[in-house]
Amino acid sequence: MASDYEFSDSDGDYDDDEDMIDGTQDETGESEDDMDMDAFGDDFKVVPKGKRKSFEIEYESLSQSDVEKLMKKDVEDIVGILGVDESTANLLLRHMSWNTERLIEKYMDNPTKVLVAAGVTVEEPPSSPAPIRSHSIPNSATIGTSQSGRRPTRSSSKLLGSKSPSALKSSSTVSPTSTTRLSPRATDLPTPFVCPICFDDAPTLRPLSLTCSHPFCSGCWTAYISSKITDEAEHAIRCMAEGCALVATDTFIHDLLTASDVDPEEAKVNEETWARFQELLIRHFVASNPNLKYCPYPACTNTVSCPAAASKASLTSVVPIVSCGARGIPGAAQASGSGGNLGLPGKEHKFCFGCPIESDHRPVVCAAARLWLKKCRDDSETANWIKSNTKECSMCMSTIEKNGGCNHMTCKKCKHEFCWVCMGPWSEHGTAWYSCNRYDEKAGVEARDAQSRSRASLERYLHYYNRWANHEQSAKLSLDLYAKTEKKMEDMQITSELTWIEVQFMKKAVEEVDKCRMTLKWTYAMAYYLAKGNEKDLFEDNQRDLEKAVEDLSELLESPIEAENIPMLRQKVTDKTVYVQKRNEIVLEDTAAGFLEGRWKWNVAIDGFDDPEKTEF
Amino acid sequence: MTSISARRLGKELTEIKAEGCPVGINLVKADDFATWWFTIEVMGESLYQGEKYTLQFRFDSNYPISSPAVQFVVGDGKVSPVHPHVYSNGHICASILGNEWSPVLSVIAVCVTIQSMLASCKKKERPTDNDRYIRFAPDNPKKTRFHYDDDTV
Ligand SMILES: [Zn+2]
Ligand SMILES: [Zn+2]
Ligand SMILES: [Zn+2]
Ligand SMILES: [Zn+2]
Ligand SMILES: [Zn+2]
Ligand SMILES: [Zn+2]
Repeated sequence: MASDYEFSDSDGDYDDDEDMIDGTQDETGESEDDMDMDAFGDDFKVVPKGKRKSFEIEYESLSQSDVEKLMKKDVEDIVGILGVDESTANLLLRHMSWNTERLIEKYMDNPTKVLVAAGVTVEEPPSSPAPIRSHSIPNSATIGTSQSGRRPTRSSSKLLGSKSPSALKSSSTVSPTSTTRLSPRATDLPTPFVCPICFDDAPTLRPLSLTCSHPFCSGCWTAYISSKITDEAEHAIRCMAEGCALVATDTFIHDLLTASDVDPEEAKVNEETWARFQELLIRHFVASNPNLKYCPYPACTNTVSCPAAASKASLTSVVPIVSCGARGIPGAAQASGSGGNLGLPGKEHKFCFGCPIESDHRPVVCAAARLWLKKCRDDSETANWIKSNTKECSMCMSTIEKNGGCNHMTCKKCKHEFCWVCMGPWSEHGTAWYSCNRYDEKAGVEARDAQSRSRASLERYLHYYNRWANHEQSAKLSLDLYAKTEKKMEDMQITSELTWIEVQFMKKAVEEVDKCRMTLKWTYAMAYYLAKGNEKDLFEDNQRDLEKAVEDLSELLESPIEAENIPMLRQKVTDKTVYVQKRNEIVLEDTAAGFLEGRWKWNVAIDGFDDPEKTEF
Repeated sequence: MTSISARRLGKELTEIKAEGCPVGINLVKADDFATWWFTIEVMGESLYQGEKYTLQFRFDSNYPISSPAVQFVVGDGKVSPVHPHVYSNGHICASILGNEWSPVLSVIAVCVTIQSMLASCKKKERPTDNDRYIRFAPDNPKKTRFHYDDDTV
């Protein structure tokens, strides 16, 4: 069947696709592995791209330099309004968590107080008037006693009485140099400078200090600042003198980390430290702004802006799943056994803007998703047995191992066909009256005594948990299985007349199955908390239809592949993939619409929603 | 070229040997720049009168930029003082050993601080979370993120 006609037909496709692929590569410089699947996924398009669907939220992905621009704008505003220099504006904004309005208000009220708290200046002697525009302070022996602004992240803390004068005096008897460490540094030092940290007194030493005039050598400063940035992820770096609350300015840190009097290796480390410092500042800015969220994927420096999901109230009507636009993890092998990304482009950086869940938890809202995850954690022991990969055949009792994502099982020994999830006969699964997804509430309703009620409630939970866990596991197994299949298909491409494009159709299907299983997984969390009634019934109808479609496609993906059956398989898989995609959108769209309309009623109290009316569950 | 930590500790040791330690503090052993031991007694009237404890300092190559790991020695007949900020395994919850550490502080300054911490104690008792803490405590107290929630001691 692999005729000339067949070949030339797809040849046309191929040229087209190649152009698109080339375009992608030019733009992003990504390797072939990272190619956008859509480039050759024309078969699968259901709706034109570019239109936002009802279950998608509007957001924007920002690069590190985009965020830096936003920061710069805030800084410039403060420079203009308060008449301070740029470093001061930076320290003030960071101290006030980038709340410009509050900063202006507080500063107008009492500039000295804000400047001291932010670590810009040491506390003034009471008599002298507070200079507003300058942060160069005359030498003063005052030790910053206000500690409030020094470590914004620190919990209430104070040291345990070590600052008693006796403690300081005693320690100063140790070394002559340390007696001077709390005194101002006279501008013309009578004796050669000895660094009070490393005790170096070489004449080439560069003594440096912040405006508090506590001098230390440049080597100690660099070591200290690097340690704070690298080991402690601290961006507000205090002076090294004990009890001094001054914070190093960016200029001070930059000058140290770009100093040219170090060997090339150290210069390289310093350069990385400076980059890390920039990242810490951006992370702090992003964390301070409810419209922004930093991409949680390892080593990614992108930010997502999503004002539509910035308020807590918005999270009862939308599930703000966003993506920073990047894929994969830099440095991580794309094709490692456990990652499940075999042959597929690196995993897209999808995450929830509204909660800490680092994956797509549509269709269920954040509060219910979190509640469910907590329940699963609390009950993990009860449910652990479910995760096993083996079960007994209900007919002949022989052990059956699951090694693919499909839930349609056939016992090797007695040929009994059954459903892995409910262990019921598979023959009934296709029929309209049978629903594997729906929990039969009868047992709970009939339960009279406390013991059978608690048993019924556990059974009910296990029904949902079982299906929840199974979709996750099935998705993983499909990806593993696909890895083997892909190898085979690549081999076939070499030995037969199949073109590269002809052996790619499974990729898209596997991706789609993975995506839909994630939707299905979360529909079980949603259904567990949905109050009984018409709405829940309709929800479960949609859930069942998607599940059925996914299981069918999943089964197809596990059928044996031979060169002769490829064209037919390709057609079938393509059709089913389109159908699965459609069913998935129906579930997502209807659920999203239900949240906007306030149609979904819960059987438990869920954060942000009205308390449920009294129901059985 | 010696490292900063070695030069710094060498200097501290020279001064300890030349000038001696403050009253109540005695150097037991400092054969290298990795671990030092001191005994510590509280002078004058206090809840710890007549008691002697051993304090251990462990230094990494980043000292004094990073703080030393300081704890009381427990075992071999030695115990840690009963104090609201000292755990029975010898770990000490003190902010100058954690986020208020300053590289200008010295080994002796730490000894003196801990001595005065004991001297000002009003009531001999263990931290309220002692049992829970020692069950999961890391070997190195620096790995613990203490919350310095009590500034009245
Ligand atoms: Zn130095
Ligand atoms: Zn200072
Ligand atoms: Zn990312
Ligand atoms: Zn969420
Ligand atoms: Zn069987
Ligand atoms: Zn079933």
